[in-house]
Amino acid sequence: MRSMSDKKVKQHKKPRVIPGFGITLGTTVAMLSILILIPLGSVMVYAFCMTPREFWENVTSPGVIYAFGTSILTAFIAAVVNSVFGVILAWVLVRYEFPGKMLLDGLIELPFAIPTAVAGITLSKLYVRDGFLGAPLARLGITVSYTHIGITVAMIFVGIPFVVRSVQPVLEKLDPQFEEASYILGADSFSTFFKVILSELMPAILTGFGLALARGIGEYGSVIYIAGNSAREHTQVVSYIIMQKLNYMDYPGATAVAFVMLIISFVLLLLINIVQIRQSRRTNNI
Amino acid sequence: MYVELKNINKTFDGFRASRDINIGIEKGSLTALLGPSGSGKTTILRMIAGLENPDSGDIFIDGVRVNDIAPSERGIGFVFQNYALFRYMTVFDNIAYGLKIRKQPKEEIKKRVTELIELTGLTGMEKRYPNQLSGGQRQRVAFARALAPNPHLLLLDEPFAAIDAKVRHELRMWLRDMIHKVGITSIFVTHDQDEAVEVASQIIVTNNGRVEQTGTAREIYGRPATAFVTEFIGQPAVIDNYGRLKGFEEEDGFTKAVVRPEFIEAFKSDNSRFKHVIGCSEEGTITDIMFRGTSLELTLDVGGIKLSTHRSLERREVEIGEKMRVIIYRLFAVKGDEVRLIENEELKKQDMHNARLESYLYSQDGYFVM
Amino acid sequence: MAQNTKEKKKTDIVRILLIFISLAFVAVMLVIPLVSVIYNSLRKGFAFYVEALSGKYVVSAFKVTMLATVIAVAVNTFFGLVASWALTRFSFRGKQILATLIDIPFSISPVIAGLAYIMTFGRLGWAAPFLEWLGGLLGIEIKIVFALPGVVLATIFVTFPFVSRELIPVLNADGTDEEEAAALMGAGGWSIFKSITFPRIKWALLYGVILCTARALGEFGAVHALSKTRGKTFTLPLEIDALYLSGDQDSIVASFAVSSILVILAVLVLVLRYVLEYKAKSAGKRR
Repeated sequence: MRSMSDKKVKQHKKPRVIPGFGITLGTTVAMLSILILIPLGSVMVYAFCMTPREFWENVTSPGVIYAFGTSILTAFIAAVVNSVFGVILAWVLVRYEFPGKMLLDGLIELPFAIPTAVAGITLSKLYVRDGFLGAPLARLGITVSYTHIGITVAMIFVGIPFVVRSVQPVLEKLDPQFEEASYILGADSFSTFFKVILSELMPAILTGFGLALARGIGEYGSVIYIAGNSAREHTQVVSYIIMQKLNYMDYPGATAVAFVMLIISFVLLLLINIVQIRQSRRTNNI
Repeated sequence: MYVELKNINKTFDGFRASRDINIGIEKGSLTALLGPSGSGKTTILRMIAGLENPDSGDIFIDGVRVNDIAPSERGIGFVFQNYALFRYMTVFDNIAYGLKIRKQPKEEIKKRVTELIELTGLTGMEKRYPNQLSGGQRQRVAFARALAPNPHLLLLDEPFAAIDAKVRHELRMWLRDMIHKVGITSIFVTHDQDEAVEVASQIIVTNNGRVEQTGTAREIYGRPATAFVTEFIGQPAVIDNYGRLKGFEEEDGFTKAVVRPEFIEAFKSDNSRFKHVIGCSEEGTITDIMFRGTSLELTLDVGGIKLSTHRSLERREVEIGEKMRVIIYRLFAVKGDEVRLIENEELKKQDMHNARLESYLYSQDGYFVM
Repeated sequence: MAQNTKEKKKTDIVRILLIFISLAFVAVMLVIPLVSVIYNSLRKGFAFYVEALSGKYVVSAFKVTMLATVIAVAVNTFFGLVASWALTRFSFRGKQILATLIDIPFSISPVIAGLAYIMTFGRLGWAAPFLEWLGGLLGIEIKIVFALPGVVLATIFVTFPFVSRELIPVLNADGTDEEEAAALMGAGGWSIFKSITFPRIKWALLYGVILCTARALGEFGAVHALSKTRGKTFTLPLEIDALYLSGDQDSIVASFAVSSILVILAVLVLVLRYVLEYKAKSAGKRR
């Protein structure tokens, strides 16, 4: 009897000729659930268990609002800066030959490999008033450490690889005929770049921008040393607020803030996915 | 019947890939599954292999129902379209893989692989990797690998698709001879009718998930069973209201017709060999001439109907715009899925013997001689 | 002709300008910080450097870091292999969603990872009574949050997708024909993996393992939330944090000394990355 019903189910599905479907999918889902989804789900459930009023008060307290403002604003500026320099870096790495190119290419990845705490203390040390970079900037009247500029600098540091690494492969594959066609049509190199190439690169730039933005908004280790974390100066980032609330055993507060952060992350992840799906659809149509 | 498919149905996400398929394949035969892309031919092959399961119906191999038998237990060899050679294994290891899996003794593996390498003319290539081989050599390795465990049935998915046009012809002959030599029942999938005709002893024409016709190449050419086969095989020109053509009358509601180049004779009006049938001909203008290597292909405009015919290079030269006399010996009239062979009535009235003088392409009963 | 040379000169200027901008940006943002770590770590001489590294807390942090890294890399390598097999060798409903879920740890704040484990296994967490019951059964106290298991779990969380993310594109690009061919001949799953799949992914796997190692060694935010005992559950990044924040000059130099170890490892990772990419490229030609 059992084999009969088994057969019924099997007949509608593609036979898995390659073995291991059940065990690998089962293991994947089990590990993903235990290690990632259930813990994150706990945060969600805990947030849902709060009364709306409690949740709202936790999320809209002035410190939290300012932290969200700071994180989003600085992460946005850092992502914009990284998009501009990221496109230039990708362009230089793909189109030009010069000594030290390989080294430059390798260095791009440095922020992925360096621990965030190390980046944090190093940047903080460099940009303090008497630091190697902080002193000359102070003479110009620019204070970096313990200000929003400092937070932005740290976020630029951790976000550099994202735009470069998403634009680079697209630029490599970009058919030179595009540019040639534009030249033949009489466009000079600048309008060719801005009208033809940039629009081709836009999905990749947006993807890199989104990843850098998501990373910046959630950034902790590299930011907290240079930020100063002063509530009065509004130099606390969201991750710092969560950590502070955890240290004060304010779990409802931490959970509520984390919940909003998770939503922001998921929305960004969704947008990035949409851009990428659109991009692959467009390139497949050609 | 060695391989039998009974009432097979298969649907992929609402797309009906197989509709009530019934096929019988004899032991030792070489069968082609021929059809346009999306016609369901590859699905049939993959179901026989066990790479897909039918939604309903039964598959028998050597009298045993194999629906619930794992692909590896069906005693088949499979040659993939892109060969799927193991790229990190040498030619020798590729061919030996199926035997190693079966835990055969080392000496026997070596003996069998060497035998196959010799058979397929790959001697000296044992230590090469797939990326160091030409397309034709890869196909040979794929063939040898599939044959190594002594399967009873060989399945080949578009075996010539990945090969340059130039060597394709040569490989077709090689594969046909090789399969005959080994004597293994084989089924291959192709969308190329030349390939099917040249290689296979039996052709199964598929379309839209159905089997349209099964038969030898001659049967399929001479007696197409359905409208689809009529329009798919050969180099057909499809015309509406064939009653416009001299010597043909529309009958029983048949109006559409298929005319093949072999059904048409075009000659210059001063050609004395045709003077007794000139009355049955009509005027046509050459609109295009294509050089086909061994012959010319003429496109003719006959009273607004576009027809094409082949012309021997030995005959007098013609040029575009030239007026020709055109005789249509016969055509396939089509109504729905019914097909009827209709002879030119005017020609029939003429002296049959003389009329047929020029139609050396055809045998007495009107079928195409290969 | 004149037009042409003028145009060429213009592009030359652009080229030099762009290269200059790139080099300046990378120098200020990346090279100077890199050099400054080494400079700061050696400010009080080499003897101090060695002394700083052999401190009691540092040695303990080193051990904890190694433990967490080895376990996290082992777990995530296993997961990466299994998940990439499931996601690339078969088609099933919800595959795209599953792939996206695996990537979650990339896009959320590591602090939230720490919070998530606290809310699950901590005193308030719903799994706490279960852990207590299990501990009572085994006659031991099971402590995850603020203990070594928490540090290990947090490290696993943040490095979770690293290996699978390297393997999935390679396996997808290759298709499943070779595995199908082997399965048709009757090969079992393990045999197919060992002799047909593994040779194709070994460089990508090694690359993923190295990236995973680098990230595990340096994880800070998630561990910071779950580890509070210096000398017991602190990892190297936490030790760097503690030394740096203690404020006196010696400690700050010591914290840079510890940092320099991680920086050297990071640079080694980048060099290895280059070597592996080269290897993978030459292996990729075997098609």
